Amino acid sequence: MAAEKLRCKECGSEYPLEALYVCERCFGPLEVAYAARGAGDVAALRRRIQAGPGDLWRYADFLPLAGGPPGPSNHLASRAGLPAGWTPLISADRLAERLGLRELWVKNDAANPTHSFKDRVVAVASARARELGFSALACASTGNLGNAVAAQAAALGLPSYVFIPADLEEQKVLGTGIYGSNVVSVRGNYDDVNRLCTEVAGEHEDWAFVNINMRPYYSEGSKTVAFEIVEQLGWELPDRCIVPVASGSLFTKVHRGFAEWLELGLVSGRQPALNGAQAKGCAPVANAFAAGQDFCQPVKPNTIAKSLAIGNPADGPYVLDLARRTGGGVDAVSDSQIRAGIKLLAETTGIFTETAGGVSVAVLSELARRGEIGRDERVVLLITGDGLKTLDAVRGSFEAHEIDPTLAAFEAALGQAVR
Amino acid sequence: MAVTVKIPTQLRSATGGQSQATVDGATVGEVLDGLFAQFGELRERIADEQGGLRRFVNVYLSGEDIRFLDGIATSVPDGAELTILPAVAGG
Repeated sequence: MAAEKLRCKECGSEYPLEALYVCERCFGPLEVAYAARGAGDVAALRRRIQAGPGDLWRYADFLPLAGGPPGPSNHLASRAGLPAGWTPLISADRLAERLGLRELWVKNDAANPTHSFKDRVVAVASARARELGFSALACASTGNLGNAVAAQAAALGLPSYVFIPADLEEQKVLGTGIYGSNVVSVRGNYDDVNRLCTEVAGEHEDWAFVNINMRPYYSEGSKTVAFEIVEQLGWELPDRCIVPVASGSLFTKVHRGFAEWLELGLVSGRQPALNGAQAKGCAPVANAFAAGQDFCQPVKPNTIAKSLAIGNPADGPYVLDLARRTGGGVDAVSDSQIRAGIKLLAETTGIFTETAGGVSVAVLSELARRGEIGRDERVVLLITGDGLKTLDAVRGSFEAHEIDPTLAAFEAALGQAVR
Repeated sequence: MAVTVKIPTQLRSATGGQSQATVDGATVGEVLDGLFAQFGELRERIADEQGGLRRFVNVYLSGEDIRFLDGIATSVPDGAELTILPAVAGG
């Protein structure tokens, strides 16, 4: 399925596979278009994927690289970069029982090299950036992307520039600077950072801004979450996926991943219902969904879920359309529901997620409570990042038992509970 | 009243390569009309059939998205800077 061209999602204009991201005719976003591919021998294609590496490059046939997956094939390309993806899909039967669901799986993308799903998109964007000859990596980030870009650039031996809002969690700032990246802390929110970077990208054309001029390639990396879910379910589809929504890019690409494999016949069934998850303090897409609109009115974010704090979500209109077409929806939850979601997931699955994961869990709980999930449904919950990155959200949520180092003190504090 | 409009790289083929233009107008709408009068090709690229802006076009007045102000009816002070940028997803 070779990448053939870039195509405008709005007007269909076509462009070469270069560092372009906006249609010059109508300003719509550009997306990678692939050469048509016949169904062929499905079993052989599955075997080829299964024989691939234990990372997202097993899906290289469906990704927009001209030269195939990066590898140590010669001295010019000896640095393959950080391998991302192939994260665990975990049966969450205790959480399912708590919520009254039959079958629930957690796709734990915190198990990526820098502990979020952003390693997927950066792996693809940086590989394509190297093919195109760029000399530096850069991004506008709410934190997780900055971590991924800084680490990937370090692995590849490229300089990096990471632009973040000044109020970001300390863990996410430290997790970027440690890789030797140039951290630019911007006094403003993510939407200000994104606007600034869009201007900077126009002036520094030798930099690969992974989520701006590399965006058509970058966003394709998110399809691999859908591919992995299908493969890990034994080449079957879930009935429903819960996906956190910031800009909406992940949501649209999870849909595209399932759609491409359905079309090829690699999996059969119907497109899963997709439910978007937002925080009430930044819910432009959920608001538009509730109001029956097909566009998003931007908002000023105010939520603990900073990795989802994008008030002006560029893929919002597409999320609205896909949520409606798949029989899903877009919901928003409060900060206290987010904290409760983090705790619920941790206590029932052993997975400690960041605030964005808390948003997904809380939306799943809401859907279950409202009876919107069928009794026989197979549900996949996307956990996109690690709880160690947003420690403030859970600080003070429990008390340790501080005691003197004596058996008597221990018995006094916990003895009852131990017996 | 004279306003500076910053043109993104993707639109400079319609402005003869110019990265900014000076336009008169009291509102964002008037400034855009003035801009379209100078560079006719810009209108079909960023405006829709109803005279509004296409949905992936963001316009900022001194750094603030005009959708937080009064949209294209937002009044524009003399010497202000208007920036046109494409919407970009991904964080």
